[in-house]
Amino acid sequence: MNIWLVMLLGGLITFGMRLSFIYLLGRFEVPETMRRALRFVPPAVLSAIVFPEVLMPSGKFDFGLDNHRFLAGIVAVLAAWWTKNTLLTILAGMAALLILQLVL
Amino acid sequence: MNQRLKLFWAGVRAEFPLLIGVFPFGLIYGALALSSGLSATAAQMMSSIVFAGSSQFVTAQLVHGAAPGLVIVLTIAVVNLRHMLYSASVAPYVRNLSMRWKALLSYFLTDEAYAATIIHYEEEELTPASHWFFLGAGLSLWFTWQVSTAFGIFLGTSIPESWPLDFALPLTFIAMVVPVLKDRPVIAAALSAGLVALLAFSLPYKLGLILAALTGIIVGMLLEGKESPKEAL
Repeated sequence: MNIWLVMLLGGLITFGMRLSFIYLLGRFEVPETMRRALRFVPPAVLSAIVFPEVLMPSGKFDFGLDNHRFLAGIVAVLAAWWTKNTLLTILAGMAALLILQLVL
Repeated sequence: MNQRLKLFWAGVRAEFPLLIGVFPFGLIYGALALSSGLSATAAQMMSSIVFAGSSQFVTAQLVHGAAPGLVIVLTIAVVNLRHMLYSASVAPYVRNLSMRWKALLSYFLTDEAYAATIIHYEEEELTPASHWFFLGAGLSLWFTWQVSTAFGIFLGTSIPESWPLDFALPLTFIAMVVPVLKDRPVIAAALSAGLVALLAFSLPYKLGLILAALTGIIVGMLLEGKESPKEAL
């Protein structure tokens, strides 16, 4: 599939989802089950992306100390926990990875 | 007229702290999209056509991994599903607007615009001009996103390849997911999704990602139902 078609479809779907309930309200109530499910979407999807990136950067499980991304990921989790700031979290994780790459 | 302009600027001001975090995010996106093999035009246009940061990162990553187009579209849909929740959340406040306004504001309904706007809607009295605040927050974010993407594309080639810029993607998602982990069902959803993603990593077409997300959602709902059957949400 052409990248432009991919972007167009992805953009239309995204716009459709953003418009969905704004458009539908008044016609239907938001089903309770769906509202409950949607709450778990961000943590589930984001974790599903993060875990393999950090724990298996070479395509295999790697929990060892030589896995710099695993250690830098822990630093980022701590930074996110303390600061709740996106920029500081990125900076802390990136700095940790760069230092680990230089030192270890 | 005056009231509209006042609310518009109030929206811009409320959005400002979020813009400081968004700018480097767009910068990294622009550079990453280019290094993933997207053309500068496609990378820039994606920021207005899709206009959703995390899904743009994922798209760039999937293009880099030569994933099939249909899988990329499905992944964009899954990653952006949360926008339906935002839509449901702001819907009562915009229900009296014209279809044109509803469509325009929907286009601007990003994580960051939603975050600033919903606070305004919940704390201030709803007036016939309230949506101008939404527009101010959304438009300032849109503008920042386009400009930061352009800077990222421009700087992209001058950023050394040894810099692990691709790590910015999981880092950004860590920054987004950790503050949400406030109760046990959400933590369980995140952990179970992460574990399934590891176990199902070898599945083709990133199907492991979707399987993992669905597992996390189901685990979260089951646990929530168990803990407080009467006060869900």
